[in-house]
Amino acid sequence: MSATSDELRYVYAVCRPLDAPLAADLTGVGGVPPRQLNHEGLVALVGPVPARDFAEEPLRAHLEDLDWLSETARAHQRVIGALTSVTCPLPLRLATVFRDDSGVRAMLQDGAERFWRILDRIDGCVEWGVKVHMESPDHSSDNRSSDNRTSGGHSSDIRSSDKQSSATAGGEAPEKPLSGRDYLRLRRQQRTAQDEGWKRAEAFAQRLHEELSRHADDARLHAPQNSSLSDTPGRNILNAAYLVPRAHSEEFVELVDATKDEDAAGLTVELTGPWAAYSFTGDDVESGGGAGRSR
Amino acid sequence: MTVVERREIALVDLLDRLLAGGVVITGDITLRIADVDLVRIDLNALISSVNEQVPSPWPDSGPMPSSRMELE
Repeated sequence: MSATSDELRYVYAVCRPLDAPLAADLTGVGGVPPRQLNHEGLVALVGPVPARDFAEEPLRAHLEDLDWLSETARAHQRVIGALTSVTCPLPLRLATVFRDDSGVRAMLQDGAERFWRILDRIDGCVEWGVKVHMESPDHSSDNRSSDNRTSGGHSSDIRSSDKQSSATAGGEAPEKPLSGRDYLRLRRQQRTAQDEGWKRAEAFAQRLHEELSRHADDARLHAPQNSSLSDTPGRNILNAAYLVPRAHSEEFVELVDATKDEDAAGLTVELTGPWAAYSFTGDDVESGGGAGRSR
Repeated sequence: MTVVERREIALVDLLDRLLAGGVVITGDITLRIADVDLVRIDLNALISSVNEQVPSPWPDSGPMPSSRMELE
């Protein structure tokens, strides 16, 4: 099984030498178990992948194939997840591929200083994801918008229901036609209610983020998620990641859990993790930019 | 602490981390794939194609709305 040119090296993560072995039945991308490649005190977790899938051109095509991307992402995460249970790995971006082992060694050699710096920073920590979703403010009182909610974007609901309003308003209550003035007043009331809903939701998200940040070593804001991709109703108003020492994780989870008791109608808080420190591998602090302010 | 249940990870959460996070190294092969902007564009294409096939974007979407906490 010598390395040939049609076999490439997929690298999952860089970490310190492992104290405990990985599960023997662990498989990664392509169903192949990852192995450790040691170089001067650093370990790269690598697995062979076929060039027909991972050379630049097929890879680009694959990345637009949701089934392929999903399968590959899950395989990547399976390895990172297993690794996270025995160490604090530095996960690499999905689909980092080298021609052969010597390419991987060169990467470890060239990046050693940077890898050690980040490994030290994330040592003993895991990442927790916290998202806040807000149900559409007029979800219950204005069911007209559900008719045209086919393309996922709730922001467009508000505008598009404006346009088709006269037709639908008439159709819903034929015995009581709205005058133009009544209609405008109604819309104004709805908009005010929406604005207040937004303000409350944003204030809640802001407060939550600030409090969680105080209990974390570091925090990042991801871009809000597209609701049709996340398969979650409503609008994603906070999508954050927190770097938390393992020793404080239980406390952190309880903190998120406690938000359940707050009076926040229409809001949903979702916790994911523990993850490897995916969101904290940058060399410097990069702002996630404006999450929670997606209007 | 019963609210947080461990279920299958939602793909969208995974992609947030795998495509926007992780150390970017210019591998031998994937010089351009590692570019964040490019990945963003690919993801946008994905999102629009997903929107066309509502409601079930991917086959294994069984229990996917993952661990949610209802706030009442």
